Amino acid sequence: MTDNTESGANAKSMTIIVTKGSLDWAYPPLILATTAAAMGVDVTLFFTFYGLEILKKKLDLQVTALGNAAMKMPMMGMHMAMPNIVNMLPGVDAGATTMMKNLIKSKGVASIEDLREAAIESDVKIIACQMTLDLFEYKATDLIDGIEIGGAATYMEKALKSDINLFI
Amino acid sequence: MADKTLDAKGLNCPLPILRAKKTLKEVPAGGTLEVLATDPGSVADFAAFCRTTGNELVESTSNAGVYRFVIKHVA
Repeated sequence: MTDNTESGANAKSMTIIVTKGSLDWAYPPLILATTAAAMGVDVTLFFTFYGLEILKKKLDLQVTALGNAAMKMPMMGMHMAMPNIVNMLPGVDAGATTMMKNLIKSKGVASIEDLREAAIESDVKIIACQMTLDLFEYKATDLIDGIEIGGAATYMEKALKSDINLFI
Repeated sequence: MADKTLDAKGLNCPLPILRAKKTLKEVPAGGTLEVLATDPGSVADFAAFCRTTGNELVESTSNAGVYRFVIKHVA
């Protein structure tokens, strides 16, 4: 029996460079990675710069409306946007983060923790950028287990052989 | 009657697909999995999932806001 749901020699492959570490931007790469893996795609994620936040043992991802003019939150049947002069005030990011997390829960959207777990479970290959670790003074032990540490060449070797390469 | 039923009601993208893929492993080849979902996006997604993975989408119906898919475990 052929099983194209497991990665094999003929499986399609995808890489994503994950550069953003805010709560909202953590979603696209993890949703695509887990779904692709479920569809039999061999997936590699390369976490660099702020993307490394997603690999921290203890996640503390935040969302900010500052400079994000398109961010509108549903509220009492309307959509609320706030001017930057308000968004820059202390506590506004924390409030927006709480609001977003409540929305995520109430709409049956997976948490980042759950998606990360699903990615690992479905054998998504995770590479953390060595240079970013050095730059921001993080240790490999700050990150979750079962990941690889590598650089641009490690990513490129995968990317050159992949059907899809994305940058998020 | 499907061999197994997955209740994915209330779950949003990509959870119905992820859970279905996981549950499909427990269904013997040739057997069927019934998935119940409330995510309207799951209609297009289950069709795409089945086309890509080679599993057969035997049924795709909806009733009172609940979408029902029957997937035959082929691949």
